[in-house]
Amino acid sequence: MRLERREHLSPLRAVTTPLIAVAVALAIAGGLIALAGAPVLQAYGRIVTEAFGSRLAATETLTRAVPLMLTGLAAAVAFRARLWNIGAEGQLYLGATASVTVSALLIPDAPPMIQIPLLLLAGAMAGMVFLLLPLWLRLRFQVDEVVTTLLLNFVAVLFVSMLIDTVLKDPLAFGWPQSVPVADNGMLPKLISRSRLHIGLIIAVALAVAVWFVQSRTVFGLQSRAAGLNPGGAVFAGVPLGRTLIVVAMISGGLAGLAGAVEVMGVKGYVTTDLSPGYGYSGIVVAMLAGLNPLGVIAAALFTAMMYVGADGMSRAMGIPTYIADVTVALSLLSMLVALFFTQYKVRR
Amino acid sequence: MNEIMDILGSAGLWAAVLRIATPLIFGTLGALLCERAGVLNLGIEGIMTFGAMAGWLAVYQGADLWTGLLVAAICGGIFGALHAVLTVTLGLSQHVSGLGVTLFAASFSYYLFRLMVPVAGTPPTIMPFAPVDIPVLSDLPFLGQALFNQTAPTWLAIGLSAVLAWGLFRTPLGLAIRMTGENPQAADAQGLNPTALRYGAVIAGSALMAMGGAFLTLSAFNSFFPTMVQGRGWICIALVVFASWRPGRALLGALLFAFFDAFQLRLQTVLTGDIPYQIFLMIPYILSIIALAVMARRARVPQALMKPYRRGERT
Amino acid sequence: MTRILDLDGITKTFGKTRANDGISLTLDQGEIIALLGENGAGKTTLMSILSGHYIPDSGTIRIAGTPLPPGKPRAAIKAGIGMVYQHFSLAPNLTVLENVMTGTRPLWSPRAGTAAARAKLMALSAKFGLAVDPDARLGDLSVGEQQRVEILKALYNDVGILVLDEPTAVLTNIEAAHLFTTLKGMARQGLSIIFISHKLPEVMATADRILVLRGGRMVAERRAADTSGAELAELMVGRAVSRPVRQAATPGAVVLDLAGVSLREGGVERLKSIDLHLRAGEVLGIIGVSGNGQKPLAALLCGTARRSAGDIRLFGQPIGHLTVAKAVAANIGRIPEDRNHEGVIGDMTIWENTVLERIGAYARHGLVDRRAAMAQADRITADFDVRGGGATRPIRLLSGGNVQKLILGRNLIETPRILIAAQPARGLDEGAVAAVHERILAARRAGTAVLLISEDLDEVMALSDRIQAIVGGRLSAPIEAAQADTRRLGLMMAGDWQGDQNAP
Repeated sequence: MRLERREHLSPLRAVTTPLIAVAVALAIAGGLIALAGAPVLQAYGRIVTEAFGSRLAATETLTRAVPLMLTGLAAAVAFRARLWNIGAEGQLYLGATASVTVSALLIPDAPPMIQIPLLLLAGAMAGMVFLLLPLWLRLRFQVDEVVTTLLLNFVAVLFVSMLIDTVLKDPLAFGWPQSVPVADNGMLPKLISRSRLHIGLIIAVALAVAVWFVQSRTVFGLQSRAAGLNPGGAVFAGVPLGRTLIVVAMISGGLAGLAGAVEVMGVKGYVTTDLSPGYGYSGIVVAMLAGLNPLGVIAAALFTAMMYVGADGMSRAMGIPTYIADVTVALSLLSMLVALFFTQYKVRR
Repeated sequence: MNEIMDILGSAGLWAAVLRIATPLIFGTLGALLCERAGVLNLGIEGIMTFGAMAGWLAVYQGADLWTGLLVAAICGGIFGALHAVLTVTLGLSQHVSGLGVTLFAASFSYYLFRLMVPVAGTPPTIMPFAPVDIPVLSDLPFLGQALFNQTAPTWLAIGLSAVLAWGLFRTPLGLAIRMTGENPQAADAQGLNPTALRYGAVIAGSALMAMGGAFLTLSAFNSFFPTMVQGRGWICIALVVFASWRPGRALLGALLFAFFDAFQLRLQTVLTGDIPYQIFLMIPYILSIIALAVMARRARVPQALMKPYRRGERT
Repeated sequence: MTRILDLDGITKTFGKTRANDGISLTLDQGEIIALLGENGAGKTTLMSILSGHYIPDSGTIRIAGTPLPPGKPRAAIKAGIGMVYQHFSLAPNLTVLENVMTGTRPLWSPRAGTAAARAKLMALSAKFGLAVDPDARLGDLSVGEQQRVEILKALYNDVGILVLDEPTAVLTNIEAAHLFTTLKGMARQGLSIIFISHKLPEVMATADRILVLRGGRMVAERRAADTSGAELAELMVGRAVSRPVRQAATPGAVVLDLAGVSLREGGVERLKSIDLHLRAGEVLGIIGVSGNGQKPLAALLCGTARRSAGDIRLFGQPIGHLTVAKAVAANIGRIPEDRNHEGVIGDMTIWENTVLERIGAYARHGLVDRRAAMAQADRITADFDVRGGGATRPIRLLSGGNVQKLILGRNLIETPRILIAAQPARGLDEGAVAAVHERILAARRAGTAVLLISEDLDEVMALSDRIQAIVGGRLSAPIEAAQADTRRLGLMMAGDWQGDQNAP
């Protein structure tokens, strides 16, 4: 048997590949559901109804998709340029904390028109800074950023935990470890009344389109792709490698920081150390399912959100462990990896 | 100052160093073995988690402790085989595959745990490994308590680092593995099978990682809870670089690291109130990053690390 | 003499291409045969089949009458076939001894047998006059020493048949001569040798028999004594190909001037105070053995490495560090040595590769002007005869020759004032080589100053007006091409350029 690289990736295959991968992941997850003694087909149906069966469910799923879109974009942008930013989780926490800090301690009375953009900016800046550190270590000391960004996730959460215990401590929280809340003027307006869905959804979709435009139409997009595909060739063609990576890191870290800011300004209102159920890591799955395409991230984030909301509800209803959602999402990543392989190669006898 | 001397002089500190080091030794040796064959295994965090769960669950279900450790190793080997399929056979990105294995192994272990052990007020426990009493040595004043009051897996980990050092540098198999990690084409040209060698190294290395995880539930603690591995896997990956891919230095690195960790834990109790405890908890991660920055450029990385090998054709 | 190797009707196809088509050959004990052919003639495929790394579609191999099972590298080694590859199969981080003994003992044996291995290696080293330090780290050795290790590694497996793939590609002609003396000595001691080459003189001088491959078929077999270089060349190419000839010309003003330029890299001085003057309308050839500073010199002049001392003047003006941006702005064309790792980005399209280094000219307000970029790509593919598809195909689908034509095209379509060409024809087949040479000479006629860095002496002698040698990071004084002959160039490449004071 021999592997042969395919010449073209047809658009049809680009769309069907993630669907097949997801189907495989769901099939395996079905086995695990059966292991728990629950009826599999019913469970599948329940996932869909729990995620989209009612107006409330649908808005919940969309709300969940917002941070996933942003962390998914963060991963997609970075991975395209072969910058392995696995630190979106930490960047998200710092972004959330930065926006709370600015809102509660600095400009609580600023009107929404001024406050909201400033808070979003603060969140993005925090994420940027936190990714620039491992990038500096890579450029200066050739340290693999995968390990450093992973390790920094723990540092970030501990740092946030420390702030919540001290300067950001909410005196009215009866000793619960949570931060002071975002000022009312800093909260994102709701998109649909009587739901948790906020305008963060529009922000995330707009950013996905913007990132797509930058990547496919601008000089910077061309250069960052070159830097990712073949650094030696990019340098020879005059692409400033370090500067390109720095800009990529600022976009990626900024998006992850924004995910935290949007989550805290749109949904939670304050920071805790369980603000994110692993959005940073799920963003990697979203990005891979999307084939690193920024527009694909929108769909992949919706699917992942559906799995979290739907499988969560399903598992509660059917009395199986809620971790089934995480297992299914992880399996989607693995099966997507295998599927990607078969889009690039065909097996010949 | 006096407090620091007190800490350094306490037998408890030194006993803790070995205890904290043990899972790191297992994990670092496992990651080192994979990387010597040319495969970065970022599945380590999840594999350690699964090992912790599987070992504990086996014992909880009535197996003896050593069987629990073996069950963990076998489970680790299976996840290693999964990583090998993705990275060796399919030649996919080792970074992304490893993270996928970690996400899957970790969530799957939580799922299985919840499935087998329903939620209860207090987590169920097992009877963990007891310290091994070594005649004469354990009865020595201070030293006995500090060093010779460990459980058997700790001695196993230390022994394994010697075995791995001997195996990698003093046997034909070890030379073959190192050649595969340096230049798989050359190994192939010499009639070796780089694919099989990489599979073997990744499976065996992953088994070691899982044993490191199992130490947490079978010796250090007596119960399993999610997120208990706490980034130890990532620290092991950093330690491999720090150790320049040498088992002896991996042992030293893990001990050094555990020393700082044990020391900060005790310092926390002394300096309580002055410094937020989170600062102390950050130390291990920051130390790992510093170790990487210091060693990354100096270390002789296996040349074929993260490079998939595909012969023009396979039989 | 006893027949030791028999290949019968070996056929191997990859997809649509027939790499080997019914090839048969024989080899006697103590005989040296040469496999002569261009790149892509099927030499390497045939050797990979012999070494057990490929399975032939049909055909058999017999060693001393015994059939060799196909596709089993271990069986080939056991049967006494030793391979010396062009790209060494060695691990730079391991020692010489470790490299040699890998895979020679049963895998599960508890002992490495280092002492015995060392004794055997030293004995072989003495017997065949191949001196090495068994405990040296391989990566610290020179290329010539590494090749010795590669040969010893093959001999270590008790070979009867030694196969060398392009063994002189990385050697000076003096080192090469020494190698062939060694090989002849080995043959006298009973070893049978196959060597693969496309260099006619060494084939004629060394082999007993010469087998010519072309397009996957064995087209001729000649005894070395009964043939001539001209006949072999024509057999190899299949037609009489003539490389373009340089016309005399008067060079213009000095356009590029390096005075005392040094370059440090990782604490090592790669270029040591070099002087160089390049004039409009001439080709200046830089010869040298691989690894003597060609790469840093090319990198310096292409703008990807920075000088650590000395002055660079472009058109008479000092320019400080030469960067890629400055080079492109000054209309310097650049042909990199490694076309796949530097010249192009394989997964990007032909049009993207065409404009990437001049992206400023194809962009407005930071947006890429795709229409203009694609028009330029179409123009180059038409003018420079780049075959393999439209502007939107990934460039990795093109053959090496077509990639090189595209790189030439994007640099030469607007006549550059200076052209830096590093190994421009390396690895191309004869037809493509002629095309590349013609383009370089055309640029020279148009007044471009060409710096040609090449390890191919024939190429340098054919194209250059003046020649300098690079040895250990130092540059010799130039000599006129008219005064160059193989012997003198060989001495220059060995670092012996005393008495060259007559140079301009």
